[in-house]
Amino acid sequence: MKTAVQIAESRKSSAMYAGRPWVLLERGWLAFRSTNWVPVVTGFVEPVLFLLAFGYGMGNLVGDVTTGSKTIDYTLFIAPGLLANSAMNGAIYDSTWNVFWKLNESKLYKTMLSTPLGPLDIALGEITWALIRGLVYSLGFLTVVTVLGLTPSFWAILAIPAASLVAFGFASFGMAITSFFKTYQQMGFINIVLLPMTLFSGSLYPISVYPDWLEKLIMALPLWHGIEMVRAFWFGDLDSGVLVHICYFVVMIATGLFVTSRRLRALFLH
Amino acid sequence: MSNPLISVGGLTKVFGDFTAVNGIDFDVAKGESFGLLGPNGAGKSTTMRILAATSTRTSGTVEILDKDPEQFGPLVRAHLGVVPQQDNLDGELTVTENLYIYGRYFGLSKKFIKGKIEELLEFAQLEEKRDVKVEALSGGMKRRLTIARGLVSEPDILLLDEPTTGLDPQARHILWDRLFRLKEQGVTLVLTTHFMDEAEQLCDRLVVMDNGAIMAEGSPSGLIKQYSSKEVLEVRFGSDRNKEVAPQLSQMCERMETLPDRVLMYTEDGEALLEEITKIKLHPTTSLVRRSSLEDVFLRLTGRTLIE
Repeated sequence: MKTAVQIAESRKSSAMYAGRPWVLLERGWLAFRSTNWVPVVTGFVEPVLFLLAFGYGMGNLVGDVTTGSKTIDYTLFIAPGLLANSAMNGAIYDSTWNVFWKLNESKLYKTMLSTPLGPLDIALGEITWALIRGLVYSLGFLTVVTVLGLTPSFWAILAIPAASLVAFGFASFGMAITSFFKTYQQMGFINIVLLPMTLFSGSLYPISVYPDWLEKLIMALPLWHGIEMVRAFWFGDLDSGVLVHICYFVVMIATGLFVTSRRLRALFLH
Repeated sequence: MSNPLISVGGLTKVFGDFTAVNGIDFDVAKGESFGLLGPNGAGKSTTMRILAATSTRTSGTVEILDKDPEQFGPLVRAHLGVVPQQDNLDGELTVTENLYIYGRYFGLSKKFIKGKIEELLEFAQLEEKRDVKVEALSGGMKRRLTIARGLVSEPDILLLDEPTTGLDPQARHILWDRLFRLKEQGVTLVLTTHFMDEAEQLCDRLVVMDNGAIMAEGSPSGLIKQYSSKEVLEVRFGSDRNKEVAPQLSQMCERMETLPDRVLMYTEDGEALLEEITKIKLHPTTSLVRRSSLEDVFLRLTGRTLIE
């Protein structure tokens, strides 16, 4: 039987990382088992409602959409965009409001940092938890879409890893931003950014309808990259553009992890 | 002290232009129960956070088991059990889940923790509350659980910051009993308190802190012997007359303190002194003879009472 001290000595644990991010997942699961399921279900239902309302409602008016060289049914067009949205929502829910609570109200991270755990363990663990949530949401959405007969081919399953990358990126970035916020008013800022981004990022129509400047602006935002990436895998249209989207998210993930672990250290180990 | 567990030299912590801890030195030996006694704002909690490797120092040296907590944070924290001033139990989890997950933070195996939980539930007298969410516990139960949680990793040193603040007298006595058992088992305790009775009950040795500095160091009885007399006679003449009679009284004892509501007279024999006072026809409205306490030591050292 190893003691706590032997465990700490056996790995070269640095001040930042003890090499145990999975204990955060364990804690997340224990808390989740007895949690309130309403927000969890809402997060999943939202994109499904969008799909039904816009796909079958608007879709009947719109008919087909031409994007690039392809002309496709409207409902089929919006499905991958909503999948990306669903992944983002799942990841954001955990990495912003839940993280805010643990930072400022329950002081959970402060408690964890009084044990041998390091800030990077917490950042990695919490972001992975948020990523898993995003993944579960997108799997659920994909199931619904498949049942409705909207999956173009078996290869649409590749949209799931793409959606996970979207979830990972938003979880990482969301936690980094949240670590700077101290009040509920500041947290409201996140919604102010999220809502227009969700509406304008091209999940419901191609952004080529915009004036040039707006199109450029949207193309700088992460959700557009997420939607385009998921859509590319969904339809199997893989070109060099996909690489750009992937790189965008890799940078987002790395930046988020770096900033979050630095912030946790500055907040609780100073 | 040969090979102390904790060794602190010239420790200073400055926040902006406020010096919270001002060049303090002390050692703690293995198995010792060591206290930091002082009023709120004396620098006790800041010192504790530095010992706990969750705060950096401005200058000075700190060694815990020969390791600098600033350089070896995770390793030092693996040696420690921490009981913070504010209960910070995991409100989303039950009693046993709190103990379990805390052990996991230290990297301990599930099997080991499962066995440990039974022992700790018994220690904290919480067997019947094992599956209850911690929010439903009373203040005393929460505090006992926080202490039990700090023991999951079988630490060499248990750090307790104001362990009984905010608890009712009964809960305090239960807690003291638990801490006393730990002491008997040879766990090294370091605690801060602003209750002199707590310091007298639990500490083998303590330092008296005020304004970030150490005013005195010793065992509770040693400090009382050094800084106070054997007995204290407390007399009240009413708030107006206390000052009036003070010059007369001061002739009659070794030392005297005039507080707003009472006069404290330090003497070897309180009853005899009271008789003398009555003889010269000064009739106090109330009087009390008691043994000297750490409160008197603090008053002597700082001119102030501990709880203001």
